[in-house]
Amino acid sequence: MRNKVIICESSEIVAIGLAEIINSMAQFDVVSRLDAPEIISERILSTEANILVINPLMLGYQNKDFLSNLGKEYPNLTLVALVTACLDHALLTPYHGTIDITDSKQKIINKLNEISKDDNSRGGDDVELSKRELDVLVAVAKGMMNKEIAEQMNISIHTVISHRKNITRKTGIKSVSGLTVYALLNNLIDESDLIPSNNTANQ
Amino acid sequence: MMAEKKNVFSKETKFAELMTEDRRLLQLLPRFGIGLGFGDRSVEHVCQTNHVGADLFLMVCGIYCDSTFKPDENALQRVDMNELLSYLKASHRYYLEERFPHIEEHLQHIIDACGQKFGPMLSQFYGEYKQEVMRHIQYYEEEVVFPYIEALINGQGADSYKIDEFMHNHTNIQDPLDDMMNILLKYLPGEILPKERIEISLDIIELSDDLFSHALIEERILIPSVETLEKHRP
Repeated sequence: MRNKVIICESSEIVAIGLAEIINSMAQFDVVSRLDAPEIISERILSTEANILVINPLMLGYQNKDFLSNLGKEYPNLTLVALVTACLDHALLTPYHGTIDITDSKQKIINKLNEISKDDNSRGGDDVELSKRELDVLVAVAKGMMNKEIAEQMNISIHTVISHRKNITRKTGIKSVSGLTVYALLNNLIDESDLIPSNNTANQ
Repeated sequence: MMAEKKNVFSKETKFAELMTEDRRLLQLLPRFGIGLGFGDRSVEHVCQTNHVGADLFLMVCGIYCDSTFKPDENALQRVDMNELLSYLKASHRYYLEERFPHIEEHLQHIIDACGQKFGPMLSQFYGEYKQEVMRHIQYYEEEVVFPYIEALINGQGADSYKIDEFMHNHTNIQDPLDDMMNILLKYLPGEILPKERIEISLDIIELSDDLFSHALIEERILIPSVETLEKHRP
């Protein structure tokens, strides 16, 4: 599948330069350049773009809401922050990846390739937890650490972390205690599963 | 290169106009001790009447309206630390004495209605979260960080602590709140008190947003101001 990219950036110099780099990549086309965020949504619709590269500074105070609405409207959309100034890290959390103004051409290409690969795991319909994710969820809910889970399931810690990211994306729940409640509510674990970890905590 | 800001407020802006920019700004008034009845006066005039520094007030409003807002360096130099601390403490009291108890009261109804099956775990989830909040706000910020800053203002200051540590320990306390909202809306059985669950979820969203802005204020106003103080320590 070819990747269709929209660039939203107020500086024409930056936008044209970035478009040049992206267009030089085999699987990427810049389908639109915008200098204001207002018509992003209709432009995504009309161009069927799957990647939005946007300067977070363009969104001002609507940052968080705007991006979460966009994510709901287009679940397959990959959001990439174009960072041109020193920004609070928290602002970048809604994005799937970042491009920095100082990145070299090769680095930008590598990053976009990487981000668009992850994109395949972000399909719109895989909202149900997979068998593997359920196993990890149960282990997390029981209070196990990533390292223990990796050893028990015979997978790398990196894979555990990736499962945990997917669990949070699918359930909307980030904290361990929240995941425990989720697991109990869905009868994935029993109240009695929790007792051993409580005992060790008290000792 | 900055994108055009939509919300540039100045001291000359009408106070009432600033308040309509974002309704959440209204909840800041009691924390600054600004009374109602401000009529058509300017921000500067209203702040002066209420003995509030207009620079600080505008910075705080700026962050509430726009999470990308960066306070102006010169304005930061003019911040009265005592005033900033008393604003932060007033916010803490608002969370601990008003918002959390309000949410707790409604949550208790829901916990009771859940019965033996889900009630205890919801209660435990909230209880653990509340402890985390208390550790963060009460036992750390109010009892360690703020006294350290107050000592600095008075020309003292312990060598054992630096504001740098605060920056590293500044954890996010909204996540479990967002989790709670997801549990209430998405995962508890539908028939349990749906109206109350919707109401409390709206309150939780509001508190979570408020805590987010509060953390930004500590990171972008408090920390840089304290760093300046530390540099000028005798």
